[in-house]
Amino acid sequence: MEIIQIVGLGMITTFLALVVKEHKPVFAFLLTVFTGIIIFLFLIDKIAIMIQMIEELAANANINLVYVQTIFKIIGIAYIAEFGAQIARDAGQGAIATKIELAGKVLIMIMAIPIISVIIETILTLIPAAMGDLS
Amino acid sequence: MNYDVGLIFQIAGVGIVVAMIHTVLKQMGKEEIANWVTLIAFVVVLYMVATVIDDLFQKIRSVFLFQS
Repeated sequence: MEIIQIVGLGMITTFLALVVKEHKPVFAFLLTVFTGIIIFLFLIDKIAIMIQMIEELAANANINLVYVQTIFKIIGIAYIAEFGAQIARDAGQGAIATKIELAGKVLIMIMAIPIISVIIETILTLIPAAMGDLS
Repeated sequence: MNYDVGLIFQIAGVGIVVAMIHTVLKQMGKEEIANWVTLIAFVVVLYMVATVIDDLFQKIRSVFLFQS
């Protein structure tokens, strides 16, 4: 029953942050960040198990591992960008949070370029007429 | 949960104690020292948090295949 641990942790932090926030908001913020990291570190072990399973499935299905790894990288970028943006927004810096999210989106798009080009090439080989038009 | 959850209580405790010290020093009329105490306590707690952030980033790097 790990969910009980997580919920308990979150509630304790909420109460402590309420108490500390009255006098020193900075420490309340650091407390929140710390708890977020602890929960994330706790979850990342589970995510690792799942990613290993997906990797094995992909290897069994003879999918090129480069594409699977790209997808994992994209998932990682999404997680960490969301994390940073939430923390920045919590501290009242909405502008910074939006910029972090923008950077995450751009980097994800850059990472997806090889996959997109492969898809387009595959589609073009499926349609001989389109190939003829292009060349 | 192999991470030190006690650190949460430590951070909250530091915050409360620093708030107390700040109030006392302010009453004594030593506002400058009170501000320094707050700043130093903030740096100490920030160091603790930064260590865990580094841990998190290393772990994300290893899990999501960010080898570079």
